[in-house]
Amino acid sequence: MATRFLRRTKLRFRFNGGYLGSSFSELLNDQCPELRPDFKGSELSAPFLSSEGTTVLALRYEGGVLVAGDRLATIGHQVASREIDKVYATDLHSVMAIAGAAGPAIEMARLLRIQLEHYEKIEGAPLELEGKANTLAQLIKQNLPMAMQGLVVVPVFAGFDLRRSIGRLWRYEPTGGRYEERDFDSVGSGSIFARESLKKSYRRDLNRSLAINLAIEALTDAADEDRATGGVDLVRGIFPLIKLCEQQGTEDVEEEEIREAYDRVVASQRLRLSR
Amino acid sequence: MSMPFYVSPEQMTQDKAEFARKGIARGRSLITLEYDEGILLVAENPLNLSKIGEIYDRIGFAGVGKYSEFDRLRQLGIQYADVQGFRFSREDVRAKALANLYSQMIGDEFNRAIKPLEVEIVVAEIGDPESPAHSANALYNVNFDGSILELEGFSVIGGANDNVKRHVEVNYQENMPLETALELGHDALQRAENGTSDLPSESLEVCLLDRSRTGRKFVRLTSPDVKEILTK
Repeated sequence: MATRFLRRTKLRFRFNGGYLGSSFSELLNDQCPELRPDFKGSELSAPFLSSEGTTVLALRYEGGVLVAGDRLATIGHQVASREIDKVYATDLHSVMAIAGAAGPAIEMARLLRIQLEHYEKIEGAPLELEGKANTLAQLIKQNLPMAMQGLVVVPVFAGFDLRRSIGRLWRYEPTGGRYEERDFDSVGSGSIFARESLKKSYRRDLNRSLAINLAIEALTDAADEDRATGGVDLVRGIFPLIKLCEQQGTEDVEEEEIREAYDRVVASQRLRLSR
Repeated sequence: MSMPFYVSPEQMTQDKAEFARKGIARGRSLITLEYDEGILLVAENPLNLSKIGEIYDRIGFAGVGKYSEFDRLRQLGIQYADVQGFRFSREDVRAKALANLYSQMIGDEFNRAIKPLEVEIVVAEIGDPESPAHSANALYNVNFDGSILELEGFSVIGGANDNVKRHVEVNYQENMPLETALELGHDALQRAENGTSDLPSESLEVCLLDRSRTGRKFVRLTSPDVKEILTK
């Protein structure tokens, strides 16, 4: 009798009959569907956000995994934002970097973050890294209808695997397919250039500071060739963002250190071009 | 024997209340204490099934009574908090709203369900110094009938806890260091009429809302941690 009453009044968070489990997206579907990222049915005549105007990359090094991204968002040939954050710590041991339509991508990063936290609190223990990668795959897959309308979200997901004590990284397709990369990967409009740059200088025994150098060099090379990827803006002091994911957690690399790496890259390029 | 059509609301309520109280008294006690750096929650619980849980950045939950029922409430609390935080912002999730939600939910079950929930729960929130309206700690008790109490300093729920309550009331001090608070909790739990008088530290479930942490303040202490603090 009580349940019938409650069902009639459509109360949320009922004691009986509500969603039971550790998936935040299913909870949203069940209780608050209006909060789901859902652009179904919206008419998009022209893309209002540039798809793939970006370069983000991830690479494994001896301490774990590094994830880096540029700061530019463009609409066509014009700057939409100079200081976008494309690298998100999704929990203590995982990071997601995004390329593609900025709005849905940021929403997805937010959702992944809360999804991982929700699971951890309900179950009492965090997901394994594999489980986290899988969760993201499902979010990407659910986004496929929107991707077909031009709102593509293409992330790189990386983290520190506490079981194996190594960094791991995956890239994703709009269908939700995910591919684990052994060394490094990059997505976005400048990704080809970043990947070529990394291909030449990557080694499997990189230490932290070499890893940072490589990442900055790759992003600089990408910005050099792809206009939709932002380089370092010295006037405004805007630098790429780098996060490191290691055994003890995720660290933001200080701007100071990034600047020093950038100075080294510039110095060596100048040297090469000086004769 | 034929069932009477009419039972007086008084009778019904009293019967339900007695039933619920019995259920809660059968379990073990649980103590919540404010200390200098935050809030401590401690229970006699040698099992892996937890009575104390994290709800959100600054909010912790604890329950006594029927495990399946208060654990369901714990999960509902997490669902509510995560949706609120997602819908608005992390800073907009408050214990007061959650405690009120619990009060409604548990009260509804008391009134309408065939049997009431045999639970008593604590919602504890550590103060947010950056928000003038919410800079103080908050401590709520919600009982089996939905009645909600706002408390200061400490709370004792569950089990046969008259002695436990008395011990805490007498010995509680504001701004105790963690070691003192944990010792007080440990001591008090050993005085429960249906508790274990020689309670090893491994049988304690101890959690903190620790002000010194950034972001999520909730910490679950391991057995070695607890032992270390108690031997200081």
